[in-house]
Amino acid sequence: MPSMTYLQAISDALREEMRADERVFVMGEDVGAFGGAFKVTDGLLDEFGAERVRDTPIAEAAIVGTAVGAAIAGLRPVCEMQFADFVACGFDQLVNVAGKMHYRLGLAVPLTVRLPSGGGFSGGPFHSQNPEAWFMHAPGIKVVAPSTPEDAKGLLISAIRDPNPVVFLEHKHLYRRVKGEVPEGPYTTELRARVAREGSDLTVIAYGAMVHTALEATEDLDGASIEVLDLRSLVPLDEEAILASVRKTSKVLVVDEANQTCAAGAEVAALIADRAFEDLDGPVRRLATPDVPIPFSPPLEQAVLPSVERMKEACRELLAY
Amino acid sequence: MPRRDTAHELLDDDDRRGLLHHMLLMRAVEERGLALYKQGKVPGSFYDGRGQEALSVGATWALAAEDAVCSPLIRDLGAHLVRGTDLAEIFRHYMGRENALSRGREGNIHFGDRRAGVVGPVSMLPDMMVVAVGLAMAYRMRGESRCALTFFGDGATSRGDWHEAMNWAGLDKLPVVFVMENNQLAYSTPTARQYAVNPVERAAGYGIAAVTVDGNDVEAVFGAASVARERALAGEGPTLIEAQTMRMHGHGAHDDARYVSADLVASWAQRDPIDRYVAALELREVDVAAIRAEVAEAVDSAVAAALETGMPDPASATLGVFHEGEPEPLGSGGRAPWSGFALVGASA
Repeated sequence: MPSMTYLQAISDALREEMRADERVFVMGEDVGAFGGAFKVTDGLLDEFGAERVRDTPIAEAAIVGTAVGAAIAGLRPVCEMQFADFVACGFDQLVNVAGKMHYRLGLAVPLTVRLPSGGGFSGGPFHSQNPEAWFMHAPGIKVVAPSTPEDAKGLLISAIRDPNPVVFLEHKHLYRRVKGEVPEGPYTTELRARVAREGSDLTVIAYGAMVHTALEATEDLDGASIEVLDLRSLVPLDEEAILASVRKTSKVLVVDEANQTCAAGAEVAALIADRAFEDLDGPVRRLATPDVPIPFSPPLEQAVLPSVERMKEACRELLAY
Repeated sequence: MPRRDTAHELLDDDDRRGLLHHMLLMRAVEERGLALYKQGKVPGSFYDGRGQEALSVGATWALAAEDAVCSPLIRDLGAHLVRGTDLAEIFRHYMGRENALSRGREGNIHFGDRRAGVVGPVSMLPDMMVVAVGLAMAYRMRGESRCALTFFGDGATSRGDWHEAMNWAGLDKLPVVFVMENNQLAYSTPTARQYAVNPVERAAGYGIAAVTVDGNDVEAVFGAASVARERALAGEGPTLIEAQTMRMHGHGAHDDARYVSADLVASWAQRDPIDRYVAALELREVDVAAIRAEVAEAVDSAVAAALETGMPDPASATLGVFHEGEPEPLGSGGRAPWSGFALVGASA
């Protein structure tokens, strides 16, 4: 099995699907000859041509809105927002047009929006956001967030094949830092959670880059056996997997790199408090970035993003409860 | 098909009867809808396009079956009717009863028969203009000889999406027809408070051709849309058609429009699109009374059928947020009644 980076896996998914299905095309700013701001689409223009690898004007509302039009015409657009943060400019088209179309009018919108998200590298307030909660809150939009190269490829292929709008969060700090085995050829990954590491004393629930932070923080923590559950899919949320893990360990820490208030973890915590109350031996704890824009200077940024140290501390407290 | 700049060369008497039929139908459906609203049978609010019937009827008459209307708006019932949307379904939709168009999930003007190539609107305007550009982009990508037509009002041109759609469509010369319904007002806001420069004058700035027509002259609107469609299919890019008209009722039934001067209303009443066309067709000895009778009968039986339909099952309220299985794209079989299509085959 080939080993590739998280970024290469995403490129591979695009390439496989564009080869398999001529309806699939890519559009975004600088995705063509330039190969994309992060080079995810590098080489696609040469292989598939300009009609299927489309450079767009700086117009996020139109990138999303024209993609809706193309999708209802029967194509499979994969839009790229250059940074997840810029999806705010296309919010209305995504939430009001794409998300509500099928419920209201019976028209399916098979659209994928790729969002290079997350911080940790001095990107500053407008290049570091994790906006997934905005779209979890909008009916009609699926939201997926892989943490491994294998899942990045499988979930993107699943997203492209899904007949609904799917927001795909690719954590850019994982692009070249995470490498793993990735099966060759096309495959889909189910929109369900995955146990990243099995354990019995406590569960850490995370997704995206925080899965790696969680694995590192809990690998050798005072001999405790800590389970790490990688959500992978936020909408639909794998309630069964979440509740099964809590039933097993009785203690849970829910982690978000996104800003605390109303982050994905808030929904997970509420679910657990409601449906796993009898299984808990301690309060449902959360660790998240406080409600601040992500600052630029390294000591400030490191002070707000959940760190390995803060995660260890939170786990220790909960283990001792 | 060679280009014509005068609509009368493209229409025969069946077309003329059809144009009047659909304008009368739009007015009759809306009058009946308003009556039902006042009787408490239509939940929420009621909007009509009284006085603007020539606009959506004339423009949509120029479209081929495989062209898309994305989307008719608040004053554009005529577009739905020309494309063949079932009348009883429209009344069911207005009344929130079980129906295939919206299943009670949407109301008033928010509907579109997807099988007839009509996309229903959202309330944020002109979002659907961007979607129309996307449809046109898809048609171009697949090498299809099809266009998308979209409606928007004078007010909607102030929003960012209008600019993005104009810029994108003009840049790539996409096969889209932009119909701007200048009915003088956006709710209570006159055009003098909407923009410094009329969008028609700004179209060239986007690389887009523009034309102004009398929106209350159904044949003129048809002519402009027909030429715009030909240009689009020939790769000459979009056209912005400004159709000038007047909103004769308030923004909605709840709006008494006291902010509109009585003089303005009175002067436009002299230019009623239906009165004018009736006069023109009577000169051609068309049996207008027969058309009126057809329309009345069609509306009566549609309302009767709709009133017999029950409300949607509350248990269905949470279903259908997501689609499962292979999606059905927007239909390409809308009704295209223009006689010219029968003469030349599918599209020119």
